[in-house]
Amino acid sequence: MDFNLSKTQILFQQMIHQFAEKEVKPLAAEVDEMERFPLETVQKMGPVGIMGIPIPVAYGGAGGDTLLYTMAIEELSRACATTGVIVSAHTSLCAVPILEYGNEEQKQKYLPRLATGEWIGAFGLTEPNAGTDASAQQTTATPEGDSFILNGSKIFITNAEYAHVYIIMAMTDRSKGTKGITAFIVEKGTPGFSIGKKEKKMGIRGSATCELIFENCRIPKENQLGKTNEGFKIAMKGLDGGRIGIAAQALGIAQGALSETVKYVKERKQFGKPLSAFQNTQFQLADMETRVQAARWLVYRAASLKDQKVNFSSEAAMAKLFAAEVAMEVTTKAVQCHGGYGYTREYPVERMMRDAKITEIYEGTSEVQRMVISAKLLK
Amino acid sequence: MKIVVCIKQVPDTTEIKINPVTGTLIRDGVPSIMNPDDKGGLELALELKEKYNAHITVITMGPPQADTILREAMAMGADRAILLTDKRFAGADTLATSHALAGALRKLDFDLLITGRQAIDGDTAQVGPQIAEHLGLPQVTYLCDLSFDGKRTFTLTREIEEGYQLLEAEAPCLVTVLASARNPRYMRVRGIVEAYSREVETWGFDQIEVNEEYLGLKGSPTQVKKAFAKDMKAPGSVYEAEPEEAVGIIISKLKEKFII
Repeated sequence: MDFNLSKTQILFQQMIHQFAEKEVKPLAAEVDEMERFPLETVQKMGPVGIMGIPIPVAYGGAGGDTLLYTMAIEELSRACATTGVIVSAHTSLCAVPILEYGNEEQKQKYLPRLATGEWIGAFGLTEPNAGTDASAQQTTATPEGDSFILNGSKIFITNAEYAHVYIIMAMTDRSKGTKGITAFIVEKGTPGFSIGKKEKKMGIRGSATCELIFENCRIPKENQLGKTNEGFKIAMKGLDGGRIGIAAQALGIAQGALSETVKYVKERKQFGKPLSAFQNTQFQLADMETRVQAARWLVYRAASLKDQKVNFSSEAAMAKLFAAEVAMEVTTKAVQCHGGYGYTREYPVERMMRDAKITEIYEGTSEVQRMVISAKLLK
Repeated sequence: MKIVVCIKQVPDTTEIKINPVTGTLIRDGVPSIMNPDDKGGLELALELKEKYNAHITVITMGPPQADTILREAMAMGADRAILLTDKRFAGADTLATSHALAGALRKLDFDLLITGRQAIDGDTAQVGPQIAEHLGLPQVTYLCDLSFDGKRTFTLTREIEEGYQLLEAEAPCLVTVLASARNPRYMRVRGIVEAYSREVETWGFDQIEVNEEYLGLKGSPTQVKKAFAKDMKAPGSVYEAEPEEAVGIIISKLKEKFII
């Protein structure tokens, strides 16, 4: 068992850390305040290869693995959780499912543009009445000649509005419940496909979260992703991988809040000495650091299992469950250590605490993660 | 076009401290980085690669750990990397370093040789010009920009105190580059993934063409007498005044200090 990072991983961390510090961090407060999608950052990440880390070189990607990708989401999220989720949803929920389930034509058509960041990807499963209960899907796909006709709507879709490629789940056989769902690739600008309401959120406010509307939206049959009625499987596998991304996002948020706190308690003086000289502060920091490190190894292990191509569903669920709770706990403590200043927008921990909450909710709530973990135990 | 870029691994001096007793740098725990001016030089080379389809070789002299910056250079886009390392090179000052590098460069074919202006650990700015002297190459220091006619001639812009100087030089020539002239690109993820599966050539004394007398400690005439941290200067006074009035202020201050 070797817990050391490889030379490649160290070199990668050096690059992604610099990128996050120089390109991402300076925008984080403004992106949050203005609820602005940081498109310029996406345009910078493309040429570096950050938008296609685990995509093979043959399809225009960087040829990296899940672990490098995970470290990227962690570092980006340490600086700005919005930027982290843009890359995570794009990669885990759109590019990777096309890589794993797409046919050769689909891979050739979509992956090079996604991997270079020329196009942004998104994923649509959730509906107003189908959250955790994905079987309650009401979006339908009806075959008609060489096409499918999509009708319905999706909500809370990350990267919507800015994405060019959407993987959409729709019912092809309503009688079969989750076994009657098929996945489709829908391109921006397809007639009958429009973007609806944009959500105003507590955190990750720069990420675009919108409703997708399909009104007699005709898509060619070759845009079906995977086999008929296997959409739910594709969605669940995609979410397994996505959970590693969100776990990494939570880890990055927690690390960011911890680093900010370490800096602050050394500077801030009360009763004639820095906060760091008080044992309560020291104990708080020790607990935060221990939890963050524990989360980190759960996340890296889940990523490493995915790279080994063994079943990682339960480990991904544990990583996300734990890292999300650590993010919430550590950011809350970070605000507390900052006192009144921590509650203001002058310091980034206020934003980080708001950003942390979503990691306990999206791509499967913490309760769903517990269902996944216990289902394996009780099998 | 063939380009060779000389790079150096240096301690990140923004993190460095000086031992107050011995006056030497405390290097323990200080991260090592690619010297910023050299990185600027590499970026210039990479831009030329894109423009003129140039082939880039990076070379560094240093201990085996200097391998890291060669991997970084390859991840940024360099095509070939050479690590010049040998116990006989150890203890070199700028002169001995430039002799070793020149010895290796005699074995390489290039149209353009790029070095950083100076390294942040020594700030001498000597190695680039010394290499040019050893190899009998035209040299243009403090380069900001350059273009190539596709055959043999470079048109170069160099920064001087009063402005810019426009020059022409025939290939092969040497230029020294400032970090501020270029905004170095990030390593590419694909480059990082592949960096450690690519070859870094290791060259020792036997691979290069140089007189052994010129190398290492015995080839180094420089002796460090003392190293010390500069005292902090007290902040100066700022006056906002018209030129005539300003002259009066300066004269009176100089008189006050018995300088005139």
